[in-house]
Order: sequence, then structure tokens, then C-alpha cells
Amino acid sequence: MSKFGKKKKKGAPAMSTASLPDIVFMILFFFMVTTVMREVELKVELTNSDLPQATEIKKLEKKSLVSYIYVGKPRKNFERMYGTEPRIQLNSAFAELSDIYEYILAERAQRDEAEVPFMTTSLKVHQDTRMGIVTDIKQELRKASALKINYSARKGQ
Amino acid sequence: MAKREVGEINAGSMADIAFLLLIFFLVTTTMDVDTGIARQLPPIPEDKQQTSEEINQRNIFIVLINAQDRLLVNGKPMNVEILREETKIFIKNAANSPKLPVKEAAFVEALGKEIMISQGIISLRNDRGTTYGRYIEVQNELVAAYTELRNDAAFEYFGKRSYDDLSEKEQEAVRQIYPQRISEAEPKNIGGK
Repeated sequence: MSKFGKKKKKGAPAMSTASLPDIVFMILFFFMVTTVMREVELKVELTNSDLPQATEIKKLEKKSLVSYIYVGKPRKNFERMYGTEPRIQLNSAFAELSDIYEYILAERAQRDEAEVPFMTTSLKVHQDTRMGIVTDIKQELRKASALKINYSARKGQ
Repeated sequence: MAKREVGEINAGSMADIAFLLLIFFLVTTTMDVDTGIARQLPPIPEDKQQTSEEINQRNIFIVLINAQDRLLVNGKPMNVEILREETKIFIKNAANSPKLPVKEAAFVEALGKEIMISQGIISLRNDRGTTYGRYIEVQNELVAAYTELRNDAAFEYFGKRSYDDLSEKEQEAVRQIYPQRISEAEPKNIGGK
């Protein structure tokens, strides 16, 4: 009797969970590598679904060479200070049109000289924004001779 | 003598630690890749007196977008749905119509022969009240028209399915056959300065 019971216990050993950490670590490293931390806190109303849709889109290469300009209505908690009209956000602060020139120069100063011709400005603009402000931004960029731009859009249709 | 045997470290909690980190990264991760329509702005002309070179009227395809987001193409209202087709017809000028762009012969090296190249230019102008969404939609249609033409050319001359399948040299040839000429008019308010 006892022999029988003993044998049964031997037949089903506890599953080793020693490799579980390895598996989890593997997934962890995957996420660590692919992760992109949001470097700026958005102060304008601009989620991914607020970007216009397009089919002829290209991936932005070399993220380190990209400067971002955000345009949209100020978020609810900034409405009292900044109103409800679309505003420009550079880095993590609201900015005026005239600040763009300085911003581009500052961005340029941070990069290696050889990389400057490859710098791109990404315009992340809410799709309901009027073109007036966008046209003004484009003129400022031309003044700063930051001519490579990218209209941020998500894949559509 | 003390026992030399080192007790095994319990690695059971290792998984918990790893899980904790994993969950942190899962939550903070944003997988989205930045995509968009790449464009090149024209440099500011240095000489104000510089006269823009004379462009034959039939070579220009004027696209206007007004503050109500409506389109006016070469003086006629148009739906954005047919803009792509119209642009293609204009650029291609397959029947050599005298109303559509002039075609000039140019030697294409990769093909080793002369090809008639359309001189058409697309001029895009928008109002300050146009919404950005519509502007991008129109830009997208215009770029799409060029992409389709280039894909056609890739098939016609090289027998490949799309422009992206071509080699670097062949792509250059196709770009020469269908150069992307989308010009954005100077905004009016700047000219006054």
C-alpha cells in the first residue's frame, strides 16, 4: 500500500519555476529596448487621434535629430491662463511665434555640425486648427532655414 | 569547522521583481512610431526683386482651399475625392492635349533613351481659415497622385510592381520622369512686409 502511494508522488514532481525569471526578464528587456519615454508633457490638447489621417506617410528616421512643435488648444487646466485659442508648445512650455526662431537655433546648437542638414522639424498639429497659425510657423521655420519638415499624421484608410 | 556548504539562494522572488519591472515598462511604453508627410519648405528668396521665372499658364495646376474647406481647382470647384485622378490626368497628359502641360524630351540615363517629361507644376494655396485636417488631406492626395504615377512608370519601364521595389538608380530615373513639383504659394500677408 505504502509502496503504491510513494510511487504516485514520484510520478508528478513539482514543476520547476526556475526558468520563469528568465522568461520574464526576456520580455522585460524587450520592453526596455522598445520603450520610448514621453519626454515632454503635453500642455495642448493633442492625442494621437487628433492628428490628421494620411496614406502617403513615411516613418520619421533618426529621432534624435527631430525637433517637435505642437499646436493645439490649451488643456482644460491651462484654459484660464491661456484661453481656448490654439497655441504653440515648444519643449514643455507654451510659446509665441517669435520663440520658434530661437528654439530652432537652440536645437541646432545641441547637435553636431555634420548632423545639422539632416535635422527635421515635426509639426504635430491638431486637425481642427486653422491654417493661419501653421502658415506663420512655416514662415518662421523658413526664416530659421529649417526647411525639412514633417507634417505628423497617422495612417488612415 | 563550520559547514562549508553554501545554502542555495532562494530565487523564487526573482520572478516577482522581474514582473514588477515588466509591468512598469508595459505601462510606460508607447509603441507608436512617428509618421507623417515629409515636405521641404522653399528657402526665403534673398532678392526681393527676383522675378519668378515665367511659367506657362498651361503648366500650372492651381489648387485653392478656402476658409470653408472647399476646393477650387483651376477655377472650378472640385471634390477632394476626385482630386487624385484629376492630378494624375494633368501631370501625365497622355493625349498631349494643348490645354495640359508642355512635354519636353529629356535623356534618361537609366533607360538610355529620351522620354517626354511633363512640365506640370502643382500650385497649392490655402486660406488662413482652412482647417489643418483638410490641408493635409489635399497634400496627401497630391502626393498620392505622384506616387501612383511613379508606380505606373516603375511598371512601364522596369516591370516592377512599385516604385519602392526599384533599385536606387531606377528610382532616380523614375523621379526624373515624374519630378514632384508641388509648390506652395507665398502667403499673402508676408509679401506686404
